[in-house]
Amino acid sequence: MSTLFSKENKEAFTKPLNLDNPIAVQVLGICSSLAVTSQLKPALVMGISVAIITAFSNLVISLIRNTIPNRVRIIVQLVVVAALVTIVSMFLKAYLYDVSVQLSVYVGLIITNCILMGRLEAFAMNHTPWASFLDGLGNGFGYAIILAIVGAIREILGAGSILGFQILPQGLYDAGYMNNGMMVMPAMALILLGCVIWVHRSINKEEKK
Amino acid sequence: MEHIISLFVRSIFADNMIFAFFLGMCSFLAVSKNVKTALGLGVAVTFVLLVTLPVDYLLQVDILGPDCLVKGVDLSYLSFILFIAVIAGITQIVEMAVEKFSPSLYSALGIFLPLIAVNCAIMGASLFMQQRVTMDHASTQAITNVWDSIAYAVGSGIGWTLAIVSLAAVREKMAYSNVPKPLRGLGITFITVGLMALAFQCFTSLNI
Repeated sequence: MSTLFSKENKEAFTKPLNLDNPIAVQVLGICSSLAVTSQLKPALVMGISVAIITAFSNLVISLIRNTIPNRVRIIVQLVVVAALVTIVSMFLKAYLYDVSVQLSVYVGLIITNCILMGRLEAFAMNHTPWASFLDGLGNGFGYAIILAIVGAIREILGAGSILGFQILPQGLYDAGYMNNGMMVMPAMALILLGCVIWVHRSINKEEKK
Repeated sequence: MEHIISLFVRSIFADNMIFAFFLGMCSFLAVSKNVKTALGLGVAVTFVLLVTLPVDYLLQVDILGPDCLVKGVDLSYLSFILFIAVIAGITQIVEMAVEKFSPSLYSALGIFLPLIAVNCAIMGASLFMQQRVTMDHASTQAITNVWDSIAYAVGSGIGWTLAIVSLAAVREKMAYSNVPKPLRGLGITFITVGLMALAFQCFTSLNI
């Protein structure tokens, strides 16, 4: 058991959560992170789906890494990922239909999410299956955290609610407060994400000192 | 004809791949440091879109759709795997063809070509096309035949090129400005793209 949770393996899981975050530091997987964050719920569902897919695709590729010919490895990786995404997409359609309608094509776009290809190329191709699994899980959750932060901010400011429950009291609206319609627009996701990265970088710089 | 022109113009401005759907962001951010390489990547993306989208359209209509191969069988759940295989395969063929027939273009685009296979803009365009095939034919967004899909592909590609070239131009100028340190690089780029997206938002009400 001790080797299963050795220091390197733990680091493979915890590092991407903060210091080596896939979105804020490695700049991977931006595409889908912006379009699905207008509310918290789709953002969470998307984050968890990506975490599951990164973990299992890392595991599968790491298991067969020695048998893949180098020239066709991208196609092999894409097919493995596409198969996993198809499973997740069908699962969402069956159990979370309304969210899967909201996510529309962005579920399919997990295939081309750079986090997946990035981690497969950089980690799974030359590490053991268990370490790759943890690395995938860590990167997926690192991605989910950022998505959840941006989604929560946009939902509070844009609709005054979280996960569909009204948070801001009616009294505030009576006093003249209005929901910020800008927050629901796609452009604000970019600006907010820019601010999240700004905060993340200035905090981490302080820690290093 | 009217329909094709409208589809083409809309896919450049109103349905811009970057500013409306955030597709192809990764390479958009990574390769927008100078105008020349940005233009090269834009041309390559447009070209791959132009080749893959009609193929994916024909696959969707003739093979994957309901009742196409066998009566009563809807194969559209295979679309993710099939589309990505087509895209990866065609990128590989395009890469080899360019290498053989135009070595100078190959050395200019070289590193970007294989990366295009995982560019979300290509896969995204295929998935949007899949949605639009089932749309009401009267809608301006519907894709009803191969020519429509070609117009949509070229329009999306030009829109993507427009976006990456303009961002590269802004970033070239921004090198001279004094940006707060933690915001430098990625952070300020995001905010710039956000402001550009706000500007592009005015095209959404475009009616043609």
